[in-house]
Parts: sequence; C-alpha cells; structure tokens
Amino acid sequence: MKLKNILIGAFVGAGLATSVTAGSITVVSWGGAYTKSQVEAYHKPWMTKTGHQVVSEDYNGGLAEVKAQVDAGNVTWDLVDVEKSDAVKGCDEGLLETIDHGSLPKGADGSVATSDFIDGALTECAVANIVWSTIFAYDKSKMSNGPKTIKDFFDTSKFPGKRGLRKSPKANLEMALAADGVAAGDVYKVLGTAAGVDRAFKKLDTIKDSVVWWEAGAQPPQLLADGEVAMTTAYNGRIFNAFAGEGKPFEIVWDAQVFDMDLWVIPKGAPNKDLAMDFLKFSTATEQLAGQASWISYGPARKSSAPLVASYHNKPSLKMGPHMPTAPENFKTAIANDFEFWADNGDELTERFNSWLAK
Amino acid sequence: MNNFTEENFSSDGVSLKKKLRRSLFKSKMRAFFLVLPLLAFLAIFFVIPIINLLSQSFLDFRYATLMPGSTQALKDWDGKSFPTEEIAKAMVIDLIQAKKNKTIGKVATRVNRELSGTRSLFTKTARAANKMEAPYMEALIKKDKKWENLKTWQAIKISSMAVTPSYLLAAVDRKYTAEGEIIQQDENRRIHVTLFLRTIEISVIVTLATLLLGYPVAFLMASLPLRTSNLLLILVLLPFWTSLLVRTTAWIAMLQSSGVVNDLLVFLGVTADDARFSLIYNKTGTLIAMTHILLPFMILPIYSVMKTISPSFVMAAKSMGATNWTAFWRVYFPMTIPGVGAGAILVFILAIGYYITPALVGGQDGQMISNIIDFHMRSSLNWNLAAALGLVLLIFILFFFWLYDRFVGIDNMKLG
Repeated sequence: MKLKNILIGAFVGAGLATSVTAGSITVVSWGGAYTKSQVEAYHKPWMTKTGHQVVSEDYNGGLAEVKAQVDAGNVTWDLVDVEKSDAVKGCDEGLLETIDHGSLPKGADGSVATSDFIDGALTECAVANIVWSTIFAYDKSKMSNGPKTIKDFFDTSKFPGKRGLRKSPKANLEMALAADGVAAGDVYKVLGTAAGVDRAFKKLDTIKDSVVWWEAGAQPPQLLADGEVAMTTAYNGRIFNAFAGEGKPFEIVWDAQVFDMDLWVIPKGAPNKDLAMDFLKFSTATEQLAGQASWISYGPARKSSAPLVASYHNKPSLKMGPHMPTAPENFKTAIANDFEFWADNGDELTERFNSWLAK
Repeated sequence: MNNFTEENFSSDGVSLKKKLRRSLFKSKMRAFFLVLPLLAFLAIFFVIPIINLLSQSFLDFRYATLMPGSTQALKDWDGKSFPTEEIAKAMVIDLIQAKKNKTIGKVATRVNRELSGTRSLFTKTARAANKMEAPYMEALIKKDKKWENLKTWQAIKISSMAVTPSYLLAAVDRKYTAEGEIIQQDENRRIHVTLFLRTIEISVIVTLATLLLGYPVAFLMASLPLRTSNLLLILVLLPFWTSLLVRTTAWIAMLQSSGVVNDLLVFLGVTADDARFSLIYNKTGTLIAMTHILLPFMILPIYSVMKTISPSFVMAAKSMGATNWTAFWRVYFPMTIPGVGAGAILVFILAIGYYITPALVGGQDGQMISNIIDFHMRSSLNWNLAAALGLVLLIFILFFFWLYDRFVGIDNMKLG
C-alpha cells in the first residue's frame, strides 16, 4: 500500500515536472554591453511572460558557425543576431528559415508590421531589431579643440596622433571618400568605379602609417582609454556605453557616419523553431525595441518605438534621443551601408584591402 | 634446390618454416587488432576530414550540379565568340529552376568569386527569369547589360568546371582565364605569395631566436644540481601551462606605447615621451610574443638530450688538451644536435601555422598566412580558397620536413 502510494506520487511528480519544465532556446549575440541590453529588454521579460528559458551565447559575427551547424545537420542555435550582409547572404545560400512578415505583431500605434519597420528592416529571412552606426570618436580630456568633421580624421597635421580603424574595407572606404569631398549620397556610385576605389585607397594611404587596426567592437573604447590612439572609428553604442556607463570623456563625431542594421535570423533546422519565432515576435514588438534603447544607444528598427525612447536606464537626466544614430542632428551626412554593393564587391575589395595592408 | 632438402619437419609433418610463419602472422594480427581502434579513429577523425577538406581546393560541383543545362551548353563554347542563343536558353531554364529550388544564392556566390558583381546579376535575373521569352539572349540583355559582356560568360564557364584550378591558382596569386591561360592576378590584389614568404621569414626568425635563447637555458638546467634545475624547469613550464591567450594579452600590456617597457625606456631616458617605440601591432610584436610562447618547445627537447650526455666526455676532451670552446664545439654540441633538431623542427612547424598571436598583436605587417585562411573560413566563407591555401601550406611543411631529413636526418631527432 505504502509502496504503491509512493510510486503513484513519483509518477505524478514526474508528470508535473515535465509539464512544468518549460522549453529553452539558445539566443546568440555579440556579447558585452550589447548582449546585456538585449538580456534586459528582451530575455528577462520574455522569460517572465512565458516561463521558458533563454540561454544566451556570444559570438563574433559571421556565418561560419551557422553554416557548419546547418551543413552538419546538427543545429544548436535557435536565434542569431547578424549583420545585414550576412542575413541576406545566409538566406540566399539556404542557411536560414524564411520568416512570414504578416505574423509579426502590429506596432503600438496600430500600424501593420510591414509599414511600421523602417526601410530594409524586413528581409526574406530576417527581422531587424536595431540600427547601429560606425562613427569616429576622440577623448575630450586630451583634445580640448577636437575634430569636427571626417576631414579632420584624415588630417594628421592639424590633429596629430594615431588613428584607430576597423580592419576591414567596410565603412573605411566610404569614410575615406567622404573625407575626400564625395557627398554622402554619391559614395557608392563613386565606389562602383575602378577610379573611385583607387581614390578611396589613395585617401587611406595618407594616414596608413598612423593607423592602429581593430577587429572586435570592444577594442576601440579600450584603445582610446589607453591613449593608444588620438581618435578611432567605433560602433556608436560602445562609445556611448563607455561615457554613460563608465564616465569616460569620449566625444562622438557623427559626420559621415555609416549606418547599418542588426537582424534576428533563425538557422535552418533550429531545434526550437516555434519558440524562437515567438521570442522573435516578442522582442521586435514596439515596447521591447524601445526598452532596449534605454540600455544602449542603438536606434530601434520600428518607427512606432521612437516616441517611446526615453533616457538611460539608471540616469533619468541622460536622454537617449540625441545619442541615437538616427537623431536628425546626427543624421545630416549619414551614409547608408549599401548591402548589395558589399555583397557584390566585398570579396574583391577585401582582397585588395588585405593586399594594401600587407604592402 | 638444397633449400628444399634442408627443410625440417615437426612431428605432425608440417614444415617448421611454415609453423614459424603462421605463429608470426598470428602475433602480427593480434598486434594489428590492438592498434585497429586507434587506426580507425585516426582514419575517421583525422585523415578523411583532411582529405575531404583539401579536395575542396580543386573540386567545386556547385555550379555544375545546380545549373546542369548551362554547364552542358557552355562546354562546347570556345570562350571567345559571343555565346549562342542555345546557351542563353539553357541559362534561363537553369535560372528558373534555381530560383524555384532556392539554390540561386549558392550559384551566384560561386560565379561572383570569378567576377565581382555577378552575384546581384544572378539573383536579379533569376527573379525575372520565368517571365522571359525567346529570343532569350535579348531578354537577358534587356534585363541587365552585363549579360552582353563577354567577361560575364567567361566567368560562368570557369565556374561551371567541377574540377577547377581557380582556387589553387588564387592561392599563389594567379588566375585561370576562359581561354585556358594562367595569368598573374591584378597587381593590387596580389597578397598570398607575400604572406607565404613572410610566414616563412617569421618562422625562421622565431626558430633561430628560440634556439639562441633556449640553448643556454637548457644547458644551465642540465648542468645545475637537481634541486636548482627542477626549480628552473618549473619556471620554464609555468608559462607553458598558462593559456596562450593570457600570455599574448600580457605582451600587449607590456609592449603597448603606454606599456611597461616603453614607460621604462622613457624613464631611463632612452627615448622621448612623444617618440615611444612601436613594439606591438606590427611584426616586432609578433616576433617577440611568438618567441616567448614557443620557447619551451625548444628548451625541453634540448634539455632532455643534454641530460643524457655524461660530463666525462667534456672532461676527457679537456684532459687531452682541448680548450673550453673546442671541447664544447667539437664534443658537446654535436651530441646535442638531435635535441636541437627536434626543437627546431617543432618550433618551426608550430610557428608556420601560428594564428592567434599574430591576429592579436600582428597589426598590419605582422599577419601570417593562417590569418588569411581564418578569414576565408570565417568571414568570406570561401572554404575552397581556404583549403587551397592550407594545401599549399601543407606542401611547404612537407618540403621543409624533407629538407630537414636531407641535411640533418629524421632518425637524428629526439623528443626526449
């Protein structure tokens, strides 16, 4: 009798346990301050709402891991935060699940998702969450009369000192042309010609000897803080976090910023595809996107989120609006990263860039 | 023959020779079965994957399998005259099919490697392909002027070759044309040969530097009393057991322009505050960090060989009138050659494929070929080119191994 009770108890207990044990999804992003903003704004509220678990993993961008997992038929990632070029490339190569845009929630103002998201934020396999930007920054405490325009960045006689640049042709060639006097709207037209590419490299030549190259997003604020460079290009959110979170005296120059998007994608054959889709819908809703913007200065990908963006999460006096790449004051000379251009010419230009570096 | 007459037989009438052979065979088989698990493991997890990956350097079936019609049609095309309507028709049919199967991205990526800009040409044209009508060549050109360009078709013809020399040639800065010629890559895109040479240069310098620095340390360790030499051994092993990343980043802290070394030099008045040395993010940084990291691989084999050399040899030499130098150079040093050889080849082969350290401290002129391989594995996803570069690197290593065997002799190597 007793044994029977215990057995029944055990079975019931086990049954309860399995029904309570909620699903779990693996969400992969870029780490650091950026992942933290997502954990606060997306993961935690979603876990409270649904009772499911989110396992957060970091990676350094690129499609290699997704490709390896899909090719081997052993996919462990459910949702990945990728750059736009990778979102489109991965979709073309059949590495990603397609996403039905009609299933995305409406904006807080009632507009349908397809018109609420900014241009280019929705692609066949991806949904954007943020707009980020490559800018350049300097240390105010070391340069009282600092640079104002992209021309100053390339002027080492007026502003002596080392320059930090990302070790990739992306954004560098655009900024070089802008510094050489090309208007923001014409950058890719000029870069599409052989003479334009030569012109960009020629401009880069003028500062090549004083460049320190960086690769990970966390490096440029460190280079600035160490005094290793006088000014450096960087992702705007990283510089923002260095001064908002750590009180570093860094100043961003928005002239000729090159802006881009980060998007959620689901690898083909993801183990918890439905849950990942639910998380994707939840996290790209109006409030969540606006909430993330209180942790890091990346612009939300929905128009309806913009009015809700307020101030830094623990500093009510620090309004986020003026620090966004999309703020009108910052946006005047902004260059939109042309995905199609880079998908077509990325390999060749990177080759040329690498060989230019090695010389 | 007298062999036959001399043959001995055991009691059961079987020749002894045969019996011996049988029992030898049995024990050989037993030994073979004992190592079989290891052999199978090596074959499945080492040999087959490597062969599989390296074969990608000259095999690329993507275009040929995904676009079979145009592959067939282009086979007979000479690469010089303008493509026929038949080729254009096959192309349109293939494009429609690839769009339907969602394989157009793979095709476009492949062709784009031969000619930049063809990626969007393929994806765009494929979207409109099912509405196209004969004559197809005109329809294609109407969609995009690039179809009129002979270069586009030449790039497609090269992509359609399943066995392709493109990647291996690209690994040595050459390219293959549709006319079947091999020409040099455009000057501002040449990079691999420079990097291969630099990789060898860095590896040689690091090997020599570790030898110069490590030999005296090994000698000291071998000649000191056990207790002191054990302490020294721990000092050598301690960094060896520390994570590679930790050691590399420690060098960043030491060598950067506001780092310990530069601060010290400024303090000592060796250099001015605004003219600090660039010791990191360049070749110097790569050389310093790699030398330090690879030092134990040189010291340990030399030490283990020196340990076995009896001190009486040197004493005997001296007693017969040799000077210190002669005793060392003519007697002691030759006996340490097996250790030096082992250490040198170990360091050299490790150095030639080094990757994390140059990536972190190499800056622009301290990069090695492995960093480009990593780039093609991780960023550009051009695994074929990565495989081709890897194959060339492997050939280099085998060549140096052969050179070593030729001049030092592989039997002379002693790892401890």
